[in-house]
Amino acid sequence: MDLLKVALYFLVYPGLLFLFVYSTFVEWVDRKLYARFQNRRGPLYTGRAGLLQPIADFIKLMAKEDIVPEAADKPLFNAVPVLALAAVLTSGLLLPVWHFTTGIVSATSFPGDIIVMAYLLSLPTFAYFLAGWSSASMYASIGAVRVLTLLFSYEVPMFLAILSPAVLAGSWRMAEIAQFYQLHPEYLPLNIIAFAVAVLALQAKLERLPFDIPEAETELVGGTFTEYSGRKLALFRLLTDVQMVVGAGFLATLFLAGFPGGLIPGFLWLILKTMAIVVILAAIRSVTARIRIDQMVSFSWGYLAPAALLQLVIVIIMKGFLP
Amino acid sequence: MSETFVLPVGPQHPALKEPTSFRFKVDGEYIIDADLRLGYNHRGMEKGCEARTYVQDIYLLERVCGICSNAHMTCFAQGVERLMGIEPPPRGLFIRCLMGELERIHSHLLWLGVAGHEIGFDTFFMYTWRDREVVMDLLEMVSGNRVNYGMQTFGGVRRDLDGTQIKTLLEGIAALKARTPYYLNLGATEPTMVARIKGVGLLPKQKAIELNTAGPTARASGVDFDVRKDDPYAGFGDLIPFTIVTDDGCDVLARVVVRAKEMMASYDIMEFILKNLPAGEIRTKAPRRVPEGETVSRVEAQRGECIHYIRANGTDKPDRVKVRAPTLANWPATLYMLRGAFLADIPIIMAAIDPCLSCTDRMAVISDCRGNEKVWDWETLRQHGIDFHRRRGIRP
Repeated sequence: MDLLKVALYFLVYPGLLFLFVYSTFVEWVDRKLYARFQNRRGPLYTGRAGLLQPIADFIKLMAKEDIVPEAADKPLFNAVPVLALAAVLTSGLLLPVWHFTTGIVSATSFPGDIIVMAYLLSLPTFAYFLAGWSSASMYASIGAVRVLTLLFSYEVPMFLAILSPAVLAGSWRMAEIAQFYQLHPEYLPLNIIAFAVAVLALQAKLERLPFDIPEAETELVGGTFTEYSGRKLALFRLLTDVQMVVGAGFLATLFLAGFPGGLIPGFLWLILKTMAIVVILAAIRSVTARIRIDQMVSFSWGYLAPAALLQLVIVIIMKGFLP
Repeated sequence: MSETFVLPVGPQHPALKEPTSFRFKVDGEYIIDADLRLGYNHRGMEKGCEARTYVQDIYLLERVCGICSNAHMTCFAQGVERLMGIEPPPRGLFIRCLMGELERIHSHLLWLGVAGHEIGFDTFFMYTWRDREVVMDLLEMVSGNRVNYGMQTFGGVRRDLDGTQIKTLLEGIAALKARTPYYLNLGATEPTMVARIKGVGLLPKQKAIELNTAGPTARASGVDFDVRKDDPYAGFGDLIPFTIVTDDGCDVLARVVVRAKEMMASYDIMEFILKNLPAGEIRTKAPRRVPEGETVSRVEAQRGECIHYIRANGTDKPDRVKVRAPTLANWPATLYMLRGAFLADIPIIMAAIDPCLSCTDRMAVISDCRGNEKVWDWETLRQHGIDFHRRRGIRP
């Protein structure tokens, strides 16, 4: 019975199947919202209201010709998409949805899993860098350098931001942090600054407007993915969608009190809370222009990082007063 | 990364809507040097004009550019009118001027959208292009076409306006007039957009004059030159009032502002035209042959000053037609603005002059690596074309 539960956990929910299906749905929501914000209609024809369009795109890309440049570092070029996707899918397993008991430490919920999660969500960024670097193309190389510069600007604010709910809850385990806020929902507004910083940093991590600097289409053709095509590009695109789901789930766990109530209510909470964050991300994407990499660095270190630090100070002081 | 390398932009690149080739010497994110190679889209139109009659040439020259089609058409038509010694009737002049201004609106709305797209602001792009449909519908209603209007002819225009059309035009203009300040406001205040266009692509006034820039690019650097004011045509000057729009910002933001304000000025011109449209004929009859002579005709196209040189030899075909599209005048300034800029600013600086590559393209002489140049005259080129197709089994 336990074995079945583990298999279900890994393969169905919140494992492979759920992440795939839900990430395509999230992509649809994102595209549809972005389109409606722009007075367009968005996907329409495949499935009801274009619901199956992301899956159709995925299948179509999988069937396309897969080209590897002559000058590329071939083993690395081929391995990077798979490794990065594996890292994000693994991080999906760490989301505290139903397969855990706060009393028992398991492989998917343990003290310090918040750090592992942040680490696994950072791996794709390095994969982007390696992808660009191994392509041996001018545009991809510039994109790769920009990926790293971007990483250095948003990663520190991101880490500082996820620190404050953990400090307030006094735990390094996501399940316990979520439980803490379920018991004390009045503490949630205390982390509002950190939440804002984390949402912006997540937007940068996902390389979406206004932070899609590494793959700026009009400047760098496709940025780090310029040389990728077919299957590997499909994997990269799936990866971005899964990363959005997991990233939104991660923030929902820390800042919106997680997904209480076991299997079914927990599932509904997961959809509701991640969707709320996806709506915010889509709105940010619709109302901004792409900023330059130097503006990004000064924005992160001039505003995001100090705001996250201020939040940390507030939380530490508050912790002295709270029972 | 201190070493420099060369980044090719073009002949195929997402930032380019038509083929041309830039070579940027970059050091990390900075551009050290920029170079331009034209000649990917040369269509031999000037030569083609010499083989056709004047009437055929109007429609050939209309197709120099898809965006400023009416400007080229007007330019050629009024040049030939001057050679013929005829003058269009006032109603014809007014409708000619109206077409020019309608085209300016559609072009500037298109440009605003493209500028938004180049800096990744696709929402702005979608909004402006949605409103552009209003003016496209008006153009279709007036001329029957959305792109190449075919309105101008020697001695006036080809279609008249009736009462309902004037009413619809006024309604459409009023709708656009209400929308345009929103774009002006958005372009000048939205923080991420301003961050990308303020202080970018600086072109000081002195440099703008030295490098011979034209149109909104020059006016955004404070040069108050506009053919509509300095060499009035199509009723401007004495019949139709006109105010020039300039800005001293010298950057891309100033070019956005100038274009948005020019649109506002155009609405006023069009409302004046529609409310004061004189009665009478729309064209005078033009002779088939053009007397010997030469002339230079100028029109303020939406991208700047468009010049046609026409030499007539007394037959029904021109001896020589020379077209200088405004983009050609703005290339040196673009290269000047690109030097020392950020890599990320390439698309927006290039887009800021509203380049049209096919209208501006020149035949290029390509030398091979040994330095051998190959220059072909018209006959050899024609013979090459015939042989080329014959080798592939196509009868010429």
